[in-house]
Amino acid sequence: MTPDRTFRQPGRWAVLAALVVLAVVMLFPFVIVTLNAVKSPAEYSANGPLSLPQGLYLDGIVSFWNRVDFGLKLWNSFLISGVVAVAAVALSVLNAYALGIGRVRGRLWILVVFLVANTMPQEALVYPLYYLSKEVGLYDSKLAVILIFTVIQAAFGTYLLSSVLGQFPRGILEAAELDGASRWRTLWGIVVPISRPTLSVLLIFFFIWTWNEFFLPMVFLISNDNQTVPVALGVLQGEKMMDATMSSASALLGIVPAVAFFLIFQRTLTRGVTVGAIK
Amino acid sequence: MAPPGAGAVRSRGRGGYWLYLVPSLVLFLAIIVVPFLMNVATSFTRWSGVGTPTWIGLDNYVKLFRDERFWASFEHNVALIVAMAVVPTIIGLVLASALFDYIAKRFGRRTASALRAAFYLPQVLPVAVAGVVWGWMLHPSYGAVNQIFGLEVNWLGDPDIALATVMAIMVWFQLGYPVVIFMAGLQRVDPSLYEAAEIDGASWWRRFWHITIPQIRPEIFVVLLTCTIAALKVFGPIFVLTRGGPGSATMVPSYFSYLNFFQKVNVGYGSAIATVLALIIVVVTFLFLRVQERDQESDS
Repeated sequence: MTPDRTFRQPGRWAVLAALVVLAVVMLFPFVIVTLNAVKSPAEYSANGPLSLPQGLYLDGIVSFWNRVDFGLKLWNSFLISGVVAVAAVALSVLNAYALGIGRVRGRLWILVVFLVANTMPQEALVYPLYYLSKEVGLYDSKLAVILIFTVIQAAFGTYLLSSVLGQFPRGILEAAELDGASRWRTLWGIVVPISRPTLSVLLIFFFIWTWNEFFLPMVFLISNDNQTVPVALGVLQGEKMMDATMSSASALLGIVPAVAFFLIFQRTLTRGVTVGAIK
Repeated sequence: MAPPGAGAVRSRGRGGYWLYLVPSLVLFLAIIVVPFLMNVATSFTRWSGVGTPTWIGLDNYVKLFRDERFWASFEHNVALIVAMAVVPTIIGLVLASALFDYIAKRFGRRTASALRAAFYLPQVLPVAVAGVVWGWMLHPSYGAVNQIFGLEVNWLGDPDIALATVMAIMVWFQLGYPVVIFMAGLQRVDPSLYEAAEIDGASWWRRFWHITIPQIRPEIFVVLLTCTIAALKVFGPIFVLTRGGPGSATMVPSYFSYLNFFQKVNVGYGSAIATVLALIIVVVTFLFLRVQERDQESDS
């Protein structure tokens, strides 16, 4: 059965055309930002935003990079997101081992607490955290942000991983026990290696989610030396000294790492988005 | 099929597993539980953030319920739920099923995945960066949108249209998420359902209504829940695009509490706003889970 017989040709192309137009609209800001980040301000005012750049004018990008010390911001974001991802996966594994495999008593309630903690708005924690971090001398430190997000991400990780480990084949665990492996060794020698695919999805998610965070890092990281990429860009947005093409350059610098992660992790992500949504 | 000796693992007792929860327990107490309780306690006081808070009972909450800005901020929240949860879900359903049931079959899977990737791309941006992008695109004097269309609209600075502009930006930002989730959900659906419907001559619309939507109901619930919570919490785009303004045309509870915490140093009042917001989010979450549970029960 050829589909062409049941569907008239014009209608068939109309659907595709409509979707392509929508895709163009969705991608439009990315294209416009990229085009204009490499133009000089004079070229922008002369030819407008839609013209193709006459050459590669990198001054906007370079001077914005230097002004905010963008390399340092990238490093801060990498450091914070990387440490959070690893620490939060480790915590999630420990919790899920106790809840999913150990089936400790009251696990349902513990999971509910984790779920509530994960949906809790950060606004309801921010002031006490701000106050307490000043008391213990952690305000304006990367460590404070790392600790907070490790806990927030681990809340979600525990919830997800507990149900995954709940399905863990019992036979393997028993075999390990018969061999005399301690619980600790069973966890690191058997459970973790076998769950690696799920753990790597979690790791990537935690990294990207932490990278994308804005509110708490903005409150906690006030000095230039500690700021992350989204905070630096978000706080500078709309500053008077920025001309049209430099603003566009700053947007491009925010887009590039995010799109790079997307391209690198695309397969894991599309698989993982669904893992995250359906428990 | 319980293997022989299924009791062996349990025989060592379960108590020991508690030890694995200890690190999280300590961190959770310090970073979630205690701060949340402190926030609730502070909401019953007048406090500038230094010195001793003064106990004033429910005064902050009484003030809150009479505060027009507070109510306006919740109305804007509802508008953002429409923009971030309702509209993306509806458009996402149509797009996902068009891609899955039409484009993939007639133009190939590659075309469908390429289009899906295009719809999803805004989702990969940090929301603050999405704000920077649109802040530039919509800048009243040099912004690309006004330049291209020869307009002189102050998209984010005109109190009459600022909220609508923010809503449109959020639709752009959110749309890819439901598309991806729904398309993944559709993979679960038995293809013979669609084939049978097609042989019966059911139109695309009827298949959409009678097969697609009922089959991916769990995904629709999840998307609505997570997007509604995201809309209630929204802060980054408001901070970057409008700072709640002009006036309080785009004020939302999260930004309103931030304002009270760090700019007006009304910490007690800010805590009350944040507590109410937390309560609403918890209630919404439980309601959704309840409805979903009932939905699943009536199915089986």
